Amino acid sequence: MTISGVALLAICTLLGGLLGDLLGVALGVKANVGGVGIAMMFLIAARLWLVRHGVLSHGLKTGVEFWGSFYIPIVVAMAAQQNVVAAAKGGPIVVIAGAGAVAVCFAMVALIGRLSGRVETMDEIESREAIEANVPHFKSGRVG
Amino acid sequence: MTMISHILAANALITAFAAVGILMWISGAISKYLTFGRIHGSAIAIMLGLLLAFFGGITTGGEKGVADWPALTGIALMGGAMLRDFAIVATAFEVDVVHARKAGLIGAVALGLGTVVPFILGVLVAAAFGYTDAESLTTIGAGAVTYIVGPVTGAAIGASSPVIALSIATGVFKAVIVMIGTPFVANMIGLNNPRSAMVFGGLMGTVSGVSGGLAATDRRLVPYGALTATFHTGLGCLVAPSILYFTVRAIIGS
Repeated sequence: MTISGVALLAICTLLGGLLGDLLGVALGVKANVGGVGIAMMFLIAARLWLVRHGVLSHGLKTGVEFWGSFYIPIVVAMAAQQNVVAAAKGGPIVVIAGAGAVAVCFAMVALIGRLSGRVETMDEIESREAIEANVPHFKSGRVG
Repeated sequence: MTMISHILAANALITAFAAVGILMWISGAISKYLTFGRIHGSAIAIMLGLLLAFFGGITTGGEKGVADWPALTGIALMGGAMLRDFAIVATAFEVDVVHARKAGLIGAVALGLGTVVPFILGVLVAAAFGYTDAESLTTIGAGAVTYIVGPVTGAAIGASSPVIALSIATGVFKAVIVMIGTPFVANMIGLNNPRSAMVFGGLMGTVSGVSGGLAATDRRLVPYGALTATFHTGLGCLVAPSILYFTVRAIIGS
């Protein structure tokens, strides 16, 4: 049933929110501490459990995935109801923080790539696989 | 005319679905015909949403963007914290733990750095612009992680709407630069193999930015980048309103 998926999602969201609030109280802040993240972990755990016990039905999946696919439209609606006029006064902060974050992250990709040594490029993998495909006996089958 | 506005206002949430849907069609068309697929339709839609919120604010003098127009009050419900958190949690359903193992240690390192490094940068920029409270600093820092982590964090720790709008705009701007810039720097940063694509996905985060940027670089790399990028938002939503927020609070001493 579709509703079981929606209900599962709702229960995970509520539990996560509750734990986030409790964590906030425990830590002495007026905030929801990581509630959405905790709820996501519940949902991942629930999915694992359902798959292991073979009870992940199509309807249940539909119920959760519909809301998952609805996330970009909801984010658009969220953007459309912000106080952008007030934010526009802080204009350059957007450009500097956004561009700065990208520049630093590009540099980190290059750095991690250099530090961890050379690996096969996509072209090399494809040409190797093309050769292997011609020798079916030695084709590297994926285990597990 | 009054009949139309009556039916729109009486079905506020349904009107919001229709309005956002139309906005997304327009954005899809702009993405396809004006940017030739370079910039993802979803990023254009979010930018148009922010732009409309700006006009909404100017014409009504209110604080809730387009939701201050009587016919579009449903946008406030659709984009409010309740449905937003619900939809974001739902995206975790597509996370496959088996796939996560494939990314391995290097993916995890990239994810950690991809959350903390942009956050620190965002906080520093916000501080340079005169923000001094932990809530605003954390929210803008979280916006530099992704445009989802920003508002989720802001709502959780109680930041103001202008600051949340700034964090969304920062995240969207980041996603757009990733989409446009990636093909130009791909060679320089060694983006030609699955492993560096996974590192790239973990560091950059935004799934739309990563998949758009990698698609323009080398279509075969997209699944590897998306693999790590999907964990980025979840991790950000977990650590930004908790560990990172407390760290900021401890440092500025409020």
